[in-house]
Amino acid sequence: MVYYLILILNIVLKSLALIVPLLIGVAYLTLLERKVMASMHQRRGPNVVGFFGMLQAFADGLKLFVKETILPSSANTLIFILAPIITFLISLFVWAVIPFNDNSVFVDINVGVLFILAISSLGVYGIITSGWSSNSKWSFLGSLRSAAQMISYEVSIGIIILCVLLCSGSLNLSEIVESQRKVWYILPLFPLFIMFFISGLAETNRSPFDLPEAEAELVSGYSTEYSAMGFALFFLGEYANMILMSTTVTIYFLGGWLSPMEFIPFTFVPGFFWFGLKTTAILFLFIWVRAAFPRYRYDQLMRLGWKVFLPFSLGWLLFISGILLGFDWLI
Amino acid sequence: MFVENIFFFFFSSLSIIFSFFVIISKNPVHSILSLILVFFNAASLLIILGAEFLAMLFIIVYVGAVAVLFLFVIMMLNVKVTKLTSSIYRYLPISFIFGSIFFFEFFMLFYLDLVSVNTNYLYLFENNFVNEWSTSVVPVSNIVALGQLLYTYFSYLFILSGIILLVSMLGAISLTLHRRNDVKKQFIYKQIERDFSSSIIWKH
Repeated sequence: MVYYLILILNIVLKSLALIVPLLIGVAYLTLLERKVMASMHQRRGPNVVGFFGMLQAFADGLKLFVKETILPSSANTLIFILAPIITFLISLFVWAVIPFNDNSVFVDINVGVLFILAISSLGVYGIITSGWSSNSKWSFLGSLRSAAQMISYEVSIGIIILCVLLCSGSLNLSEIVESQRKVWYILPLFPLFIMFFISGLAETNRSPFDLPEAEAELVSGYSTEYSAMGFALFFLGEYANMILMSTTVTIYFLGGWLSPMEFIPFTFVPGFFWFGLKTTAILFLFIWVRAAFPRYRYDQLMRLGWKVFLPFSLGWLLFISGILLGFDWLI
Repeated sequence: MFVENIFFFFFSSLSIIFSFFVIISKNPVHSILSLILVFFNAASLLIILGAEFLAMLFIIVYVGAVAVLFLFVIMMLNVKVTKLTSSIYRYLPISFIFGSIFFFEFFMLFYLDLVSVNTNYLYLFENNFVNEWSTSVVPVSNIVALGQLLYTYFSYLFILSGIILLVSMLGAISLTLHRRNDVKKQFIYKQIERDFSSSIIWKH
């Protein structure tokens, strides 16, 4: 009995050690976004709350927490309340399989890549159900757009991941990172890296593909009817998904926790630091893209997904498998 | 073993409860959502069996794709909440027949076809092409085992199922494809091709 208690306590502590830094990371990601966007617009950004505005995100969170939760009278109350909770939980759930360093991972499963794909494909449910249950035209249209967008870009993401899997010969995330010890996959698979990054932007509903919450057309998409904590949970889930997308880019293409060179000044730096550095670089790219590019039109978005990325990634899959087979490099 | 039993009963009872909800609930969206929970519990049962690859595929295919389409259709059709005023006992004989057929099938399966799991597994590996003793001693991961069977021994069936999927995809496309001439389309390559000399003409 004591054994099981210790086991459960261990699991709870481990998951807290994973979730709390993630939420703090999300808070500082929003601050980073506002600061970076501000300096790209030649403004100052948040600088009142705390030193350099360091406490701005927490002040915003506190404000959302004490506001009143509004339940629309024509909404389907149960699903309306469940939808943001589902979105938030799913965005936390995936982090169980992410390896941060050599041997520092919550669960090291054989099918980590598939787990990430499966759970992130569940993110659609929170969005669809929130749009439907709030019983408003803006929310519903936004959620339909978002779901169609996420499903179409999942196809190209899946095929790009297949290319990475062919090169690494394993579905275990730690082994994928270990297989990049000689060369990070960003070098041989550079076009795929670009495509994966753009698909990741579309998958997380980020600008320039932020059509689900296009302010000019739909008020704010699927989260129009949400206030207070419901909105905050959507927000947290979205930004946690952004961080997740950049960690997957880091794992698949940038060599995870591996240091760029295998000699002295680089090997002193611990692995998780490299991991965080690479993830932050990709997150900076996410924000940079938001500041630099205008929003796509919906038909252009669909064309890019189905007519450009899908054939190109399929072609790369055939090319890579042909090369691996021809040179007998398959693992 | 004890914990596994607890998990087995937990997930299987949950899946039975939620499959009742699929039938009972009046709002079709609620019944779809409980169907998704049934899929989840089935996936967790597969994980308990040790078939983690199949469980992940189950979630990706059924929950991530099929149920999303169901949900789309039901939400777009705007189905009103159905009232169960007409007697549900009307369908009782048919459901009894179907239920007894399924029960009989399971009975046959369990009592006649099924052998103990371990011997069955070894039998599969001894009599077929995988004769390397190392693979039957060292546990191979699910994916490796599936790949070794699927791409060699069952390759005909694999290709056949691929062809069936292709035919159904072509059928769906040809059903929904209208060719209309009054649609304005954007040809991006034409826009990019245009240069100064072809777009502006000096007339005097």
